[in-house]
Amino acid sequence: MTERTAKQAAARNRDGRLAYLPYLVPGVLLFIAVIGVPFVMNLYTSFTEWEGIGTPRWIGLDNYTELAGDGDFWASFRNNVLVIVGMAIVPTAIGLVLAAVLTDLIDRHFGPRTASVLRACIYLPQVLPVVIAGIVWSWLLNPESGAVNELLDAVGLGGLAHDWLGDPGTALWTVMAVMVWVQIGFPLVVFMSGLQRVDPSLYEAAEIDGATWARRFRHVTLPQIRPEIFVVLLWTTIAALKAFAHIFVLTKGGPGGATNVPSYYSYVSFFERTEVGYGSAISTVLTLIILALTVVFLRMQGRDLGEER
Amino acid sequence: MTTLTTRTAGAPAGERRRSARRTRRRRRRGPSAYAVLVGMTALAAIMLIPFVVVVFNALKSPAEYSANGPLAPPEGLYLQGVRDFWERVDFGRVLFNSALISGSVAVGAVLLSVLNAYALGIGRVKGRMWVLVVLLMANTLPQEALVYPLFYLSKQFGLYDTRLGVIIVFTVIQSAFGTYLLSSVLSTFPRPLLEAARIDGAGRWQILWRVVVPVVRPTLSVLLVFFFIWTWNEFLIPMVFLQSNDNQTVSVALGVLHGQRLMDATMSSAAALLGLIPTVVFFLIFQRTLSRGLTAGAIK
Repeated sequence: MTERTAKQAAARNRDGRLAYLPYLVPGVLLFIAVIGVPFVMNLYTSFTEWEGIGTPRWIGLDNYTELAGDGDFWASFRNNVLVIVGMAIVPTAIGLVLAAVLTDLIDRHFGPRTASVLRACIYLPQVLPVVIAGIVWSWLLNPESGAVNELLDAVGLGGLAHDWLGDPGTALWTVMAVMVWVQIGFPLVVFMSGLQRVDPSLYEAAEIDGATWARRFRHVTLPQIRPEIFVVLLWTTIAALKAFAHIFVLTKGGPGGATNVPSYYSYVSFFERTEVGYGSAISTVLTLIILALTVVFLRMQGRDLGEER
Repeated sequence: MTTLTTRTAGAPAGERRRSARRTRRRRRRGPSAYAVLVGMTALAAIMLIPFVVVVFNALKSPAEYSANGPLAPPEGLYLQGVRDFWERVDFGRVLFNSALISGSVAVGAVLLSVLNAYALGIGRVKGRMWVLVVLLMANTLPQEALVYPLFYLSKQFGLYDTRLGVIIVFTVIQSAFGTYLLSSVLSTFPRPLLEAARIDGAGRWQILWRVVVPVVRPTLSVLLVFFFIWTWNEFLIPMVFLQSNDNQTVSVALGVLHGQRLMDATMSSAAALLGLIPTVVFFLIFQRTLSRGLTAGAIK
């Protein structure tokens, strides 16, 4: 390219950039109306006392100081940590092992069809709306004549049968188990597609060197799909922090707050107690945590990628 | 279950190691490989049991349910329970609402994503990284932080308890992800194709629809499927917005009814079955698109 045409191209580019701006207008306007304005309003109401009608009264940081001393709020966060275990950490761990088994063993010994049928079965709960999954499970776990208790009875473990979601001691663990069932398919599918990238000769080389399955898993599979592990962990952890429908349908935060989480707590403050300012403060704290987590994860991921290069 | 699969999974390696020297490439199915297969099949069965139990019980009469319990297969086809439930929630209408809302959102959000991504990915508008970061944050924002102002504003603008209100909100929320994905796809769009169209006298608007959109059509169809299913599965905002039965979606209608704790066992399973069927149908139709889409998303 000669210098003149290069200059012309650059000039055209500059005009070009401006000319593309109109395409951004509808998106930006709608974004401001649906995300930007409501977000700022929510932030503002978190500094006020407001019942949803009348004028909000400015009270500064009072909602936040009240939150800091609110035992229910801290309990809801402790519950949310366990929800993260049930929705993000356990499914990611299980998903990794299953993805490796399906790709490395089932696919190679029994063909890709078998592997993809198994994958589809495990993925199926993922496409269910959370509400439907919740209805299914609260019915299966029903203390009177629910299928789970009946099944325990049938195999002679009737002594274990009880009100899984109604007992404060087991409610949260039961919710976590349901979440694992719902969630497993997502990491599995992502990891399996990630493993397609891995050069099969790496496995062959490891095999010839006499590496056991467990060692190949640790030294070949895990390092190869690290980017996917980061993405899945971030995505599922954020989903866990936002878990609302699960709790709404399964337990409504009960019994006695045993399964309350911040997202459900803010919903109750908004629409049941009509303490809108307080609810806004809860959801603002939740937002900050999610944003901080996203930044930390992206940093870690960036450093990770940087090292590999 | 997991411990079982991991333990059996570890076994075949040693065995295969020995055979590796003899036959490096030949598939060899030792007994332990079959053990792994049995373990995985058992796991898949466990994942599917809830679906089977739901189908069983939705097809039982209440009398049969109380006589045989939830685990026995149905003796005949009893459709009255499902039919009663269908009429009670006016399920046809609810299904229509869900389809209307999800379909409109999918189309609208794809259009919006295309326009945004055209400016950001191909137009390389100044400050595009900044725009993308803001959009990405919007996507990770908890809906709890938007729901009350949206509820309040929708009342001011007469959009409360309308399907249009929900459609607008989700068109924007879904297009945030679409813009993010499409911008990175379009930033690698072959420039010579654009130049050639420009030399032929095509304007930007024509280039978008005649050159760019046809090339990225596969990605657009993946986005369409995602947006449809994601919107179908939404709960919090539709529940808050859609107060009257006439406007409710499948998830909202079933979730609210369930929340009232008025459903008996056979009715719950009828509800669960009716909620299951559409998504299983989507799943079967879209399975290929979905796994392709996840591959594209995972590497990005």
